[in-house]
Amino acid sequence: MNEKPEKLINKKGIRLDGRKADELRPVKLEVGILPNADGSAYIEHGKNKILAAAFGPREMHPKHLSRPDRMVLRCRYHMAPFSVGERKSPAPSRREIELSKVIRESLEPSLFLEYYPRTGVDVFIEVLQADGGTRCASITAASLALADAGIPMRDLVVACAAGKVEDKVVLDLFDTEDKVGSADVPVAFMPNLNAVTLLQMDGQLTPDEFEKAVSMAIGGCRKIYELQKEALKTKYMLIEPEEEDEE
Amino acid sequence: MTSSSITRVKLKQIAEKIEKAKRLDGRGLNDYREIKIEQGVIEKAEGSARVLLGKTEVLVGTKVETGAPFPDTPNNGVLTVNAELVPLASPDFEPGPPDENSIELARIVDRGIRESEAIDTEKLCIEPGKRVFVVFVDVYVLNHDGNLIDASALAAVAALMNTKMPNYEVKDDELIIKQGYTPLPIKSHPITVTLGKIKDKLIVDPWLEEEQAIDARLTMAFNNEGNICAIQKGCPGYFTQQQIIEGMKLAQKKAAELRKKLKW
Amino acid sequence: MPTYFEKKQLVTPGEMLAEGDYLAGKNTYAENSKIYASRIGLADCNNKQVNVVALRSFYFPKVGDVVIGTVLEVGFNGWTVDIKAPYTALLRASDVLSRPFKPQNDELSQVLIGGDLIVAKIASYDRAHDPQLTVGEPGLGKITRGQIIKVTPSKIPRVIGKKGSMISMIKKETNCQIILGLNGVILVTGKNPDNEELAIAAIQKIENESHTSGLTDRITQFLKEERGKTGGK
Repeated sequence: MNEKPEKLINKKGIRLDGRKADELRPVKLEVGILPNADGSAYIEHGKNKILAAAFGPREMHPKHLSRPDRMVLRCRYHMAPFSVGERKSPAPSRREIELSKVIRESLEPSLFLEYYPRTGVDVFIEVLQADGGTRCASITAASLALADAGIPMRDLVVACAAGKVEDKVVLDLFDTEDKVGSADVPVAFMPNLNAVTLLQMDGQLTPDEFEKAVSMAIGGCRKIYELQKEALKTKYMLIEPEEEDEE
Repeated sequence: MTSSSITRVKLKQIAEKIEKAKRLDGRGLNDYREIKIEQGVIEKAEGSARVLLGKTEVLVGTKVETGAPFPDTPNNGVLTVNAELVPLASPDFEPGPPDENSIELARIVDRGIRESEAIDTEKLCIEPGKRVFVVFVDVYVLNHDGNLIDASALAAVAALMNTKMPNYEVKDDELIIKQGYTPLPIKSHPITVTLGKIKDKLIVDPWLEEEQAIDARLTMAFNNEGNICAIQKGCPGYFTQQQIIEGMKLAQKKAAELRKKLKW
Repeated sequence: MPTYFEKKQLVTPGEMLAEGDYLAGKNTYAENSKIYASRIGLADCNNKQVNVVALRSFYFPKVGDVVIGTVLEVGFNGWTVDIKAPYTALLRASDVLSRPFKPQNDELSQVLIGGDLIVAKIASYDRAHDPQLTVGEPGLGKITRGQIIKVTPSKIPRVIGKKGSMISMIKKETNCQIILGLNGVILVTGKNPDNEELAIAAIQKIENESHTSGLTDRITQFLKEERGKTGGK
């Protein structure tokens, strides 16, 4: 168990892991790392290590779940038993079922579901190591996996949380801040369409603090979005174009 | 939430009305349906309440038992919320283990109570690290006519206010239940408000048919001080940042109104 | 009114490509008179139409397309066929037999069984019905020899090359027959396995380097070098 630390933010405004209030943890993204998936991505967000894979569009099994007028997106968010301090049972918990639902609803607005009636797309998310903010990191990776599968999208979805620690609104809470801090506001965002697709909160915030947290989280989303684009392009830019093309 | 089929014509009617700031059932965009609360309806439960929100009907029963505390909070009692979408409440509810809708409903109700610190859980401690009171809140949806979240959250808080804890004594490591009851220690009364977004307009308390027409849903819980203590966005749509702030202000106002009406 | 990309620029889904008087072409969409990319690919503008050549996509059936599929199952009046698309395709017994199908006499498993490969054409498809195949044209039907390679369907045009230049060059250099399924499945048939493998290696190289320029020259050189290594068989 985590011992409650004395102070989460010191007098100079520096957090336990050395960050400033509005500073993100380091984020590393990689696209197309699972050969059997139609699309995949890996994210390291702080100490979070998460894999996401997309399959489809393909026929739905069982068939009665398919819809005559649109594609169905299914999401499974799952934590590996070794991903947290104490072993987590591999059976899906109520938390994982809820997160699977809200992650799905955060990705759905980015897809043209009506393009492919009667089909399904499956997104599988495996949290290999959790360190606070796994739902956000999962969404960032899952959206890349969908893009890597060649599924047409309105926009990439990117997610980041803000919260309140020691009476201060801060960006991107890590595990200890999440557990000991007084509020957490995860936000998923489509940067080009200026659309919030996931918003949750627990803890207590005044309306002013909430407003500040939302705009800070969106700021974090915009920064991660740049890394997301870069990761996607890197996979398809391994060979630099040469002279004029013949086509 | 899943629902029985609704015609395209109806969906269009709903959207068109709302664009003109009207609703099919005659309400204004920011109006709740009629709310009725009845407490103490199940004698064998430690606490209970039945809430009618229009035709939506939710019954909540609480049970108080003893159990072990969580290792990381040895001095606090335990809160457990469960929700059942009972098959008799809607043709779309099926018997079986809880699906994602009932789990989400339970977790939203749970978050509102937990994060507002509605129950003074320290007063539920019997022996630190060993024995505490466990409060079970069971949400029973009896008729589904939309906005189960607000009806369930309201019924849960009403049931908790109505909940009695047994008097007890610890003698030689044994728990002895004594005569009489004390009320469950309540610190805050969270009020949960759900909004729907349709055609870029926000509506309060969407009912069943509107739920099928909305793009996205936003639920916010407020504590006694009017601060936000839980949020859940739902449905496969989105909000702009502006709409969220606008929605927050609207929900805060509605929560204050409800609180006054309910005299909590 | 402006476009926001250079010719052949690599773009990601959601990137705004143009504003104002433009049309959304392939792999793009329009919203509030702005054009956005909907797939990762190379942006291009042709006569006010903004297109993205996708670097990643999947096959979506279109009537008239020639595809290569794998027979999945023998059904009661035909076969289900995997054509690497979001839908399983159907091949009717009557289409193969060229006469009405008689369940009492015709034993379908003697014609095609699970695992068989076929070259077929999409005869019909719409949103409500799975694609139906036909093999009733010359060059279509069961595949009995050769090797199969799969590529991203959006790269098939690159394998074909400008006016078929790439594919005819590979055919000539490797002495192989090549059938391109528009679903990204390619059949290579040669006189010996070495030739087939050489053709496959060339196609794989095209797939990996499809978004670069000077590709035909590089593939020609590659084939010449490889043939030199194996003693020019």
